[in-house]
Amino acid sequence: MKEAFFRWLDGDMDVFSRFQEGQEGHDLPRQAWRQIRQDAEAGAVERMGGVIRVEQKAFQLGYRIAAVGCCLALMAVFLFMTANITRYGEENPRASEVAQRYIESGLEETGAVNIVAGMILDYRAFDTLGESHVLFTALICVMILLRIDSKNTRTAYEDYYRTLQEPYFPTDRDPILREVGTVLVPCILLYGIYVLLNGQISPGGGFSGGAVLGAGLVIAASAFGDGTVDRFLTRKRFQAASFCALSFYSFAKGYVFFTGANHLENHIPKGIPGAILSGGLILPLDIAVGLVVACTMFGFYSLFRRGTIGGGN
Amino acid sequence: MELSELYEIVLLALLVACAVSVNLTKSLLQAVIIFMSYSSIMCLVWILMESPDLAITEAAVGAGVSGYLFLVTLKKLRQADAASADPKGGGES
Repeated sequence: MKEAFFRWLDGDMDVFSRFQEGQEGHDLPRQAWRQIRQDAEAGAVERMGGVIRVEQKAFQLGYRIAAVGCCLALMAVFLFMTANITRYGEENPRASEVAQRYIESGLEETGAVNIVAGMILDYRAFDTLGESHVLFTALICVMILLRIDSKNTRTAYEDYYRTLQEPYFPTDRDPILREVGTVLVPCILLYGIYVLLNGQISPGGGFSGGAVLGAGLVIAASAFGDGTVDRFLTRKRFQAASFCALSFYSFAKGYVFFTGANHLENHIPKGIPGAILSGGLILPLDIAVGLVVACTMFGFYSLFRRGTIGGGN
Repeated sequence: MELSELYEIVLLALLVACAVSVNLTKSLLQAVIIFMSYSSIMCLVWILMESPDLAITEAAVGAGVSGYLFLVTLKKLRQADAASADPKGGGES
């Protein structure tokens, strides 16, 4: 039992291995690396004698004590905080004051039947603005790290790696995936658009609708080949969509912040609650956020898989 | 005990089971699949807590896109392993 536990701790044994026969060696390269490293360490210990052994032991002991200490401290912090928050379903005067206001006058002040949409795109629109920019920044970081263009593919390893890339597992040749995609992709895209446009009336909105749209695009790209999506989502259109959506959000919300902070009249009509064109700025902002989220999701997939967005370099 | 309460308890127990077994398994592919099923169960829990907004997002992001990104990354890792082990003539995984 104890031996088995330590073998699991060192990564040599899988708890579920008894349930799956004939699947051994799925991490062969890792085991080979570990063997090489252990051999090298043993050789070094032999050469340098006891000095290394003592150092190693001291380091391992200190490392373990520090790790356990850090974990315990974190646990203490989390338990302390959990003990101090309001119990589930109980009344908390400090926090429920704001919620009361949202529930009572949310419909009248934002024009959105769905209070959640009114909250995230009207009362707390500044948070959502930050969140969209966080997503965009994440996309840029992934692009910096993973994008393959003519300037960073000169090493022999990367050329070799690239030639390996395509023939290894071409998903678009799989008939099951293609047939299922033919049925599913239109439904998913339509559902995404529905969720996106109905954000102020029913549950959903920018983030959910954009995520569904992005997932639909990812399925389309993997079922029908990357070229299918590339045909309408070229890199220029991708850039234009992300940029226009983000700047529209910033300018539209900037206008509202400006008028609100200076007690000026806001000229955006609220519309009839419950209609599609209601909720003032919520619908256009939903579309902007949805575009950014869908582009980011598909961009992540495309960069992870091919190192490029929209084909070409 | 009401039926809905029982359903809730079963879902929460499954959540804990998924969270624990993600840590226990050493096979990365299995870990990704268990993680995706964790997200699917979490989606149902969100609906029980009456926040369908989050449920839609959880289903699309947690169970869909992020799992797929993990799978793509796993594929790349295997390719890199195969590429680095290829000159020696072994290491199929």
